Amino acid sequence: MIWNEEMECMPLAERRALQFYRLRNTIRRAYEKIPAYRKKFDEHGVKPDDIKHLADISKLPFTTKEDLRQNYPYGMFAVPMKDIVRVHSSSGTTGKPVVVGYTRKDIDTWAELMARTLCCAGGTSDDIVQVAYGYGLFTGGLGAHYGAEKLGATVVPISGGNTQRQVMIMKDFDVTMLACTPSYSLYIAEVMEEMGVDPRSLKLKAGVFGAEPWTDQMRIEIEKRLCCKAIDIYGLSEIIGPGVSSECENQHGLHVFDDNFFPEIIDSATGNPLPAGEKGELVFTCLTKEAFPVIRFRTRDISRLMFDPCPCGRTHVRMERITGRTDDMLIIRGVNVFPSQIEEILIKTQGVEPHYIIIVDKRGVLDELTVQVEVEERIFSDEVKKMEELQARIAKEIESVLGVSAKIQLVEPKTIERSMGKAKRVIDNRK
Amino acid sequence: MKLRQISVFVENRTGRVAEVTRLLGKGGINIRVVSLADTHDFGIIRLIVNDVDKALQILRDNQFTALDTEVVAVEIPDEPGGLAKILEYLGHNNVNIEYLYGFVERPGEQAILIFRFEELDHAVRVLTEQGAKILSGKQLYEL
Repeated sequence: MIWNEEMECMPLAERRALQFYRLRNTIRRAYEKIPAYRKKFDEHGVKPDDIKHLADISKLPFTTKEDLRQNYPYGMFAVPMKDIVRVHSSSGTTGKPVVVGYTRKDIDTWAELMARTLCCAGGTSDDIVQVAYGYGLFTGGLGAHYGAEKLGATVVPISGGNTQRQVMIMKDFDVTMLACTPSYSLYIAEVMEEMGVDPRSLKLKAGVFGAEPWTDQMRIEIEKRLCCKAIDIYGLSEIIGPGVSSECENQHGLHVFDDNFFPEIIDSATGNPLPAGEKGELVFTCLTKEAFPVIRFRTRDISRLMFDPCPCGRTHVRMERITGRTDDMLIIRGVNVFPSQIEEILIKTQGVEPHYIIIVDKRGVLDELTVQVEVEERIFSDEVKKMEELQARIAKEIESVLGVSAKIQLVEPKTIERSMGKAKRVIDNRK
Repeated sequence: MKLRQISVFVENRTGRVAEVTRLLGKGGINIRVVSLADTHDFGIIRLIVNDVDKALQILRDNQFTALDTEVVAVEIPDEPGGLAKILEYLGHNNVNIEYLYGFVERPGEQAILIFRFEELDHAVRVLTEQGAKILSGKQLYEL
């Protein structure tokens, strides 16, 4: 089923006209209502009226996460607070997070896009959807929740965690669809096996999995172990949350809901647009957002656009599954982690810049974060108790700031190669 | 009255303690007493040696993290209840022990205990009042 055939199957020429009309409106509103954008445009020497064709979008300046952070919390909102009905926030950073706002209409748009997403995965109003994404400031839980309600499905708002209960509810409530991160779905499968629950005895038919990059091998494993179709979905809070793009049942690229978000692929080094079909950094411009219209947002995600028609009938451009990042951001159990955040925590807990290395492993199906810290004289104590306290303090700080647990390993000095640059202080064994 | 002890940080893996002792041996350092505290990941070697400054230099030159701390060595009779008696006395006088290790100097005669106290001066005062036999660094190095 297609949720909104008019929009999703619109002839390309019509969609382009719609995109251009919406782009012009968004740009004008951003320029008039958001001083930070007016300043950016002026500095860039471009006026809203200079955009005369869709291709002129490349004349506009980019928006980076740093731009958004600098305007914390509400500086990038295009409407007064009385029109904002909800805020969400990007996952923890030691600096300021990014706060995103939604008007009533934005929430409706978002629900519609998540309804489209669930339809892409074969969902209908007959489905029972277990939302095991976290609820709260993170957009995953509430995004999927509103979409499932819009679809008319039955929502089981269980949120993340308590995996045995997830399995019990999935079984007892006749759950047909699951929404969570792909790695959590595998963990659910593992617990299911331990509990002796046969996935073939469940009603589960599909899962919509996102918020972290995954591979085709993982898809095969999830589909085998949970006996359901695994659909890749994509989104980011700066754009709207989940619901930016989704695979359909053909599982061949994610349909970008490009009546709402205009995608571009650029060369991340030069910022120049790349020829159609080439791989590069994904950039989005919001076309319909009222509260938080970001223009040419650099996602740092690497992908490729696919323009060939999809047998499902949707005419949206498709994006290839995310294959990497242009920066050093790590996604650990669905949480965005920058090595610089860990460094800041170490500086905070020790007072000086330490020598450290970040190691990410896959333990079973879950990501495991280890931070090796060299024990130099200023942090060394002859008492085991004090050393263990130091370990615990760093671990606790990482957990509270990043929202992800880490194992702290104290190592001898010079264990960590001195030639390693900052960006190289990461060993990701998951790749 | 106080004694300098060297503490060395080592990872809990094969050969690290051997490496420390090998380096010290090569540098002509004589280890008088050694004790090892270990956890799952790491260990702390505590050493009483005949030349603290030279030993520290050797270790640091070889990229080990080492520091010296002040400890107290007490000689007690090598007999049943000998250790209990002194610990009880310290407890009564609110002396907090961070850790201790010991060895028998001459079986049946004396044992020597090395103490690391939370409040060193207070501990020394209490021990002195009790008439405990506190050994000097020189006495220990020359054992």
